[in-house]
Amino acid sequence: MWFYRSARDSVLPFILRRFLSAVPTLFLIVTISFFLIRVAPGGPFDLEQPLEAKVMENLMRIYNLDRPLIEQYGLYLWHLAQGDFGPSFYFRDFTIGELFMQGLPVSITLGALALLVAVLVGGTLGTIAAFRQNSAIDYLVTGFAAMGLTIPNFVVAPVFQIVFGLMLAMLPIGGWNDGAVRNIILPVIVLALPQIAVVARMIRASMIEALRSNHIRTLRSLGLPTSTVVSHALRGASLPVVSYLGPAAAALLTGSVVVETIFALPGIGRYFVEGALNRDYTLVMGTVVLVAVFVMFFNLLVDILYALIDPRVRYE
Amino acid sequence: MSSWFKRMAIAAAATVAFTGMAAAQVVYNRGNDADPETLDPHKTSTTYESHILRDMLEGLMIYDAAGKVIPGVAEKHEISDDGVTYRFTLRQNAKWSNGDPVKASDFVFSLRRIMDPATGAKYANILYPIKNAEKINKSQGSKPEDLGVKAVDDRTLEITLERPTPYFLELLTHQTGLPVHQASVQRHNADFVKPGNYVSNGAYVLKEFVPNSQIRLEKNTNFHDAQNVKIDAVVFQPQKDLAATARRFEAGELHSTSDFPADQTKSLRQRLGDQVHTSPRLGLYYISLNTTKENLKDPRVRQALSMVIDRELIAEQVWGGTMLPAYSIVPPGIGNYKEPATADFKTMSPIEREDKAKELLKQAGYGPGKPLKVQLRYNSSDNNKNTVVQVADDWKRIGVETAFINTDAKTHFAVLRDTNDYEAARAGWIGDYSDPQNFLFLLESDNKGFNYAKYNNPAFDALMKKAADEKNLDKRADILKEAEAMLMKDMPYIPVLFYGNNNLVSNKLQGWVDNVTGAHPTRFMSIKQ
Repeated sequence: MWFYRSARDSVLPFILRRFLSAVPTLFLIVTISFFLIRVAPGGPFDLEQPLEAKVMENLMRIYNLDRPLIEQYGLYLWHLAQGDFGPSFYFRDFTIGELFMQGLPVSITLGALALLVAVLVGGTLGTIAAFRQNSAIDYLVTGFAAMGLTIPNFVVAPVFQIVFGLMLAMLPIGGWNDGAVRNIILPVIVLALPQIAVVARMIRASMIEALRSNHIRTLRSLGLPTSTVVSHALRGASLPVVSYLGPAAAALLTGSVVVETIFALPGIGRYFVEGALNRDYTLVMGTVVLVAVFVMFFNLLVDILYALIDPRVRYE
Repeated sequence: MSSWFKRMAIAAAATVAFTGMAAAQVVYNRGNDADPETLDPHKTSTTYESHILRDMLEGLMIYDAAGKVIPGVAEKHEISDDGVTYRFTLRQNAKWSNGDPVKASDFVFSLRRIMDPATGAKYANILYPIKNAEKINKSQGSKPEDLGVKAVDDRTLEITLERPTPYFLELLTHQTGLPVHQASVQRHNADFVKPGNYVSNGAYVLKEFVPNSQIRLEKNTNFHDAQNVKIDAVVFQPQKDLAATARRFEAGELHSTSDFPADQTKSLRQRLGDQVHTSPRLGLYYISLNTTKENLKDPRVRQALSMVIDRELIAEQVWGGTMLPAYSIVPPGIGNYKEPATADFKTMSPIEREDKAKELLKQAGYGPGKPLKVQLRYNSSDNNKNTVVQVADDWKRIGVETAFINTDAKTHFAVLRDTNDYEAARAGWIGDYSDPQNFLFLLESDNKGFNYAKYNNPAFDALMKKAADEKNLDKRADILKEAEAMLMKDMPYIPVLFYGNNNLVSNKLQGWVDNVTGAHPTRFMSIKQ
């Protein structure tokens, strides 16, 4: 009930305020990264093979790189304000917008599934461990969580490829294949594993705390079924997880360089690194803007969720 | 029947028909080094782009399965006695994928287009032997219409050169010499390269391009030799992670790859047997020495640094035998040449070399009291790092102290080319055509872009010019060898390794022939089901 009561007078202005404050933040990010990438030596058209001066001149003119930097910056902002990220300097047959249109759905699909798996599996494991504190199951979960956090994905991914792709020959090793379920199982698991570990650890810790709190002890003493106890305890225990998941979701949904590279997936995670290495200025800028927008959006979402879960939080 | 129901019925029927067709299709899953920057042949410059373009477009001359130059669109050619005019007769049945005939005027349009500075072609200089090409491309008072290329009639093309060029026919196999369809270029501008717009005259047409995923080509039914093309579709897949690519090959997801991880050569051979292919390639992996730097301007110092490098060890241990030791600038097996001029220390034992190198350094004024210090740059990659560490190890044996600087490739080559701010650096060169000139020209003093060593030897330049004017191929080869011998004395570049072609090739894939050009046109291959 509280949400509906307060919705009219506080949520909407809150969101609006946050959107307005996002604009200068984004502007700062764009400005800093625009000039930073230009500091790196070499340009988008530098190959081992040098270009004829005239050809280089023409290329620079076609892409407006011959103008003063400040003018290029102005032009970029002007186009960006209209939602145009410009042409790619490396993928010369595509605009940045086209690259994102093709790559973003792939990254979002993988990231969202990984997030879902992480919350469901990690949440369940953490809750079980908390209820059976210091039991064999608890040690198993905490041990697994430690492993999930410490073994990097560039180790897990090849091992999975060898075990499930080569030895058992159950799943394809790589490729997107239009998002076929068989093709995304391994990448989703690899993406989800470290998140499962984090979520399990956090839920376990906060659940243990919640189970000791007065209101839960009261519930338990009244002999209410475990499901009721869990649902009440989870509400409080999920708060730290929610605040962790905001930035984590932004990171997952914008793709992972390692997973996309090893599994040969056409997501946008690789563009960040490739764009920088190729001096594909517009691609780097595009990914920076995209990631920034995702981070800001999810932080906002977390704040709203926070108030949903915990009525003590006010929109201020 | 309601129109909705009708539409659904048609869609269902089409789906059934399509999947039935797809099942019967022979598809070649082909690993490729990277995604192309563009599929506009005139704007490309790399070998991984050439693999795709070679399947889509047919030039006047082409490579066959073994990398030999054979007639493409031009069924025959005549060369004038002075070696300057080439007259090509085009095939009568050469067609574009939309059914248009391939005309001589298409080649006139295409060659003018690549030379036009407005196109922004990165690799136009390959075709500078054509009359006025360089002047047009560099805007030195010539217009594209002045290019020495003329359509005598629809089926006869005449190309005039600046001077006799013995490797000109092979140049025409390069992606820069491929034709584009004039009408669609003019209609769609830059978008003519999109699937659906792309009109090509080769064995395949573009169906799909998803960056970081795949480029799908399907058989061109209008191709003049379509009845002999056995593979229905080629799917090029960029291989960013070589180890993962090797696993995909092993699982049967790829029929061939264009590389494999050198450090896994041994285990790959054990598991895959003769599906692991390595063969020599026209490419040199070298260390450039900046001859203008105080510590490296003495040829004796450069000779000593070169002499003491254990090339066999690097080739075997670092590169798993996928590269070959190099003792000359020009790789063996190149066309229009004899045996390359090798460094004279090739036959010396390691101990002799070490003693000789120490002596040379001593003569140059370096020794235990005053050790030679060298800064060695390289662009980051595991094998580059392992290579330069081994080189520094060898140099240490003669008392040379090495400091490393490593950067990403863009920075690395920008520093080598545009600045004088380096001492020694690793670099590489892959030949564009099978001729010694394509390697030796790197060190001509006016080659501002490639002469990283800033080598300036008028005698060498004079020999290169003399070779360019020599019409007798035998004599030309002798002159070029003399020039190479000069380089092996002065040692501005230290040849370390010759590149190899490294491929994983499935036993199911028939018609793959290892060759020095690394060209493997899909139209000559087939897949055993």
